[in-house]
Amino acid sequence: MSSQEALFTYTLRLADDLLILSHRLSEWCGHGPILEEDIALTNRALDHIGEARNLYTHAGQVEGKGRTEDDLAYLRAERQFVNTKLVEQPNGDYAHTIVRSFLFDAYHLPLAEALTKSSDAQIAAIAAKAVKEAQYHLRHSSDWLIRFGDGTAESQRRAQEALEALWTFTGDLFADDDVQAAMVKAGIAPDLSKVKAAFDVTVDKVLAEATLKRPADGFMATGGRQGKHSEHLGFVLAEMQYLQRAYPGAEW
Amino acid sequence: MSNNPNNWPLWEVFIQSKRGLDHKHVGSLHAADAQMAIENARDVYTRRQEGQSIWVVPAGAISASQPEDAAMLFDPADDKTYRHPTFYVMPEGAKYI
Repeated sequence: MSSQEALFTYTLRLADDLLILSHRLSEWCGHGPILEEDIALTNRALDHIGEARNLYTHAGQVEGKGRTEDDLAYLRAERQFVNTKLVEQPNGDYAHTIVRSFLFDAYHLPLAEALTKSSDAQIAAIAAKAVKEAQYHLRHSSDWLIRFGDGTAESQRRAQEALEALWTFTGDLFADDDVQAAMVKAGIAPDLSKVKAAFDVTVDKVLAEATLKRPADGFMATGGRQGKHSEHLGFVLAEMQYLQRAYPGAEW
Repeated sequence: MSNNPNNWPLWEVFIQSKRGLDHKHVGSLHAADAQMAIENARDVYTRRQEGQSIWVVPAGAISASQPEDAAMLFDPADDKTYRHPTFYVMPEGAKYI
């Protein structure tokens, strides 16, 4: 794999996580538990999609085959998506949605902070813009997780169940491989063990305040970065890509 | 709706659009506590760069004048034009007084 291909794949990984999570959050639009949360989640979805768009555009330029952000978002098949399995998991109840975002935010913020020092100027600039958004996302998801955990018996039970159900998918966030190693070597990406250390600090602090138990690391699901997904991603893409597949080249 | 005991308390939201200007009332929302009210206000009322500072106040903490008292309270000011500084000559070149 050339260094250009590695950078292309790495940029796609960053972008795909954000696009798929954004789509999941957008599914709450009009269905939020209260008006204020409905808007909060769609705000987040828009933040994620904004960052994803910049990354897709950059990925298309790195690849140099003339693919646009839309081509990369709408015209790739399931096995060509390299997002983590975490972000494609269904919304479930509100505890699942919050826990999924919290686990992602606890990873995304230190990653974005580190990427501001990336040797790839475009990735560094995109990350610099994303950091402030990521700070707010983490605060929002942390606050809710603490309210659930430290709330009623039922809210705590649901939050703990969501944690247990989603924990295995955090394996994907920190899975190392040749692409990741090449990016670290080129000074483009941070060492994932450093991001993991920051993730652990955040998770332990918030879970302690939420009086929730950190699940043990058992079998940790990986494979998303290689395009091996859970059964859910195909349904996400079917809905997301329908219009471009049915009416190729359609524009707003 | 606001009488439903399952609803969170109502908060009134005030946004300051620029440093130095006053906070203006922009609307209300529901939240369990002040922190959540500020975050909800951020999401609901500052999405289009409307503000740089947020105040939230429990709606119940605001005391309001009664509409039926309006005539008694405000009408007597109708014929007191001498309370307006309109009888002074504006200095030349002064834009804002």
